[in-house]
Amino acid sequence: MAAHADTAGHPAILDEVKPAVLPRAILVANNRSFSWITEKICGIIEGKTPVWWWWCFAVACFVASFTVAGLTYLVATGVGVWGHANPVNWAWDIVNFVFWIGIGHAGTLISAILCLLRQKWRTSINRAAEAMTIFAVVCAAIFPVFHVGRIWYAWFLFPIPNSNYIWQNFRSPLEWDVFAVSTYGTVSVLFWYIGLIPDLAVLRDRFEAAGNKLRSFLYGLFAMGWRGSNRHWSNYEMAYLILAGISTPLVLSVHTIVSFDFAVSLLPGWHTTIFPPYFVAGAIFSGFGMVLTLMLPLRAVYHLEDLITQYHIDCMCKITLATGTIVGYAYAMEFFIAWYSANPYEGFTFINRAFGPYAWAYWIMISCNVITPQFFWFKKVRNCTWFVWVLSIFVNVGMWFERFVIIVTSLARDFLPSSWGYYSPSIVEIFTFFGTFGVFSVLFLLFIRFLPIMPMAELKAVTPQADVHGGHGDPASGQETH
Amino acid sequence: MSNIFPKSANKLPLQIIVYLVVLSGILTAGATYYMTPKYTRVGYAPVQPVPYSHALHAGQLGIDCRYCHSNVETSGVANLPTAQTCMNCHNQVKKDSPLLAVVRHSFETGESVPWVKIHQTPDYVYFNHAIHVNRGVSCWECHGQINEMEVVAHDKPLSMGFCLDCHRDPAPHLRPRDQVTNLDWRPANATEARTQGDKFVHDWNIKPPQSCSGCHR
Repeated sequence: MAAHADTAGHPAILDEVKPAVLPRAILVANNRSFSWITEKICGIIEGKTPVWWWWCFAVACFVASFTVAGLTYLVATGVGVWGHANPVNWAWDIVNFVFWIGIGHAGTLISAILCLLRQKWRTSINRAAEAMTIFAVVCAAIFPVFHVGRIWYAWFLFPIPNSNYIWQNFRSPLEWDVFAVSTYGTVSVLFWYIGLIPDLAVLRDRFEAAGNKLRSFLYGLFAMGWRGSNRHWSNYEMAYLILAGISTPLVLSVHTIVSFDFAVSLLPGWHTTIFPPYFVAGAIFSGFGMVLTLMLPLRAVYHLEDLITQYHIDCMCKITLATGTIVGYAYAMEFFIAWYSANPYEGFTFINRAFGPYAWAYWIMISCNVITPQFFWFKKVRNCTWFVWVLSIFVNVGMWFERFVIIVTSLARDFLPSSWGYYSPSIVEIFTFFGTFGVFSVLFLLFIRFLPIMPMAELKAVTPQADVHGGHGDPASGQETH
Repeated sequence: MSNIFPKSANKLPLQIIVYLVVLSGILTAGATYYMTPKYTRVGYAPVQPVPYSHALHAGQLGIDCRYCHSNVETSGVANLPTAQTCMNCHNQVKKDSPLLAVVRHSFETGESVPWVKIHQTPDYVYFNHAIHVNRGVSCWECHGQINEMEVVAHDKPLSMGFCLDCHRDPAPHLRPRDQVTNLDWRPANATEARTQGDKFVHDWNIKPPQSCSGCHR
């Protein structure tokens, strides 16, 4: 190529092909300054607690009390207070577990994979999405832990030497799940916390300047002496990159292993090789549904339109569309394989799903998961924020029903027709699940009140002002040629 | 900007890590020692309503275990003797001893002697004395040197690990059937215990269950 290069230093061929000028999306609109970003994000924490926050918090606490009540009753009475009975011994508990674990996946995807792929639009949503991941893992963990019944024996899940000689069955995907989920929880917390450190230091300094000793002490405690020196930043970037590397396989592995809980069994409708990719796609789908559900109201309430621009919403909608379509493809492929395998049990299971006693759940799932995301093909839909929000709710509902359909329909119609049954949840189960939305909301409300909901430093790095090579294109509009 | 934290706070993370490591070490060691049946169960020797001495009856007098615990070879439960069994001798021997008042009362009224249970199998564990005794597992294996105890004490941990130790490798714990209640019998040496035990395992078709449902039925 060197022979064709002209004196200006770029290949001569470029003059002939005239490459298109691709505008780079503006990630912080209205040419906001660095100080505006700091004031905006810190202002949320430093300002007076809004009245709506107290109302939401009160309602969330009330809803969360349903989980507390349900679990207290379960521990006091026994696991029989749930509606499980032969043949359906896994039902809402595992449905809810997979549902909540799945929601967390968007956070990990945004923090890890989008970080490695340098998708800079992640900066506006990653902090809140990571918080969502952690809180979703908390909600998810409730269900398997309490499903063991006598929760004081829950430590049997871990390979701790004991005088009972109880040792875990490492050939069981349920045991893999223990490690997958606990690793996922730990790494997510670390990732979230590392990202928070520079912002906590900012808050420490601002509260110190404002004379609030207690809060500057608390933020300072967690900022661990961050001074923003070059060396700090260098270590920070490296730690962040390493954690992104560690988290990347987790995005895929956690839900893969969750899917193994089913795929490794021999039950028709569970025993399917498509499960791992299908579950991972479903998890990211539901996770982005939840990110949209949370971020759109947050954007409206705190007027964050300059930070979460239409471009961000477009990106999230497109990921939802892509993963939702993969999920739809997986549904179709399950039916195809059921027919193509010529396995009568497999065939029966899927016919039974669509037209059997749980057909209502199946068609809710199909409408929410397959049809809903297809609306995101249209720019008009993506531009209509309230409609995107409504669709995101449908995604959440649909993904809950997906797990319900997979788990319950397969169990309710197993190999022995004499043992067939119909599962309905007990009121205790309904209370417990309903309450987890309260638990989640309490945690999330505390998060938006006390921690910076967006990474200030990273946001500043993607503003047009941060582009020191402003010579390419128009720096004010943030455009440059490629 | 003034300093919020003193300079010594720089050492805090390291101090916290060291503290946590030491604390978890202490907790682990403490739990291992104080919270396992080796500590919580072994040595339990409650005061019984009758100061019955196994050392005297089974040791010095040489009464066979099965004279009193008569169902042990045929029943899952090793029975405690009724007062009638005691009175077989004690209507002649020490028949007016005040120590035996409880036994005489039981004999006359039919009310049980309120013995305090020492070896307590949990409700969720199925344990059958007969099958163990009939396959050459001595009383001594689980109850220890009863024939030397003035007051019976819990001698072995009887934890699940204790059961599994034998269920995984029963051979060294087996003895000739006629020596089962002879608590002083010992194999000549470890090699002999092994060869002899292996023979018993083979001849008596001993296959101790190791699945959960073997004991947790």
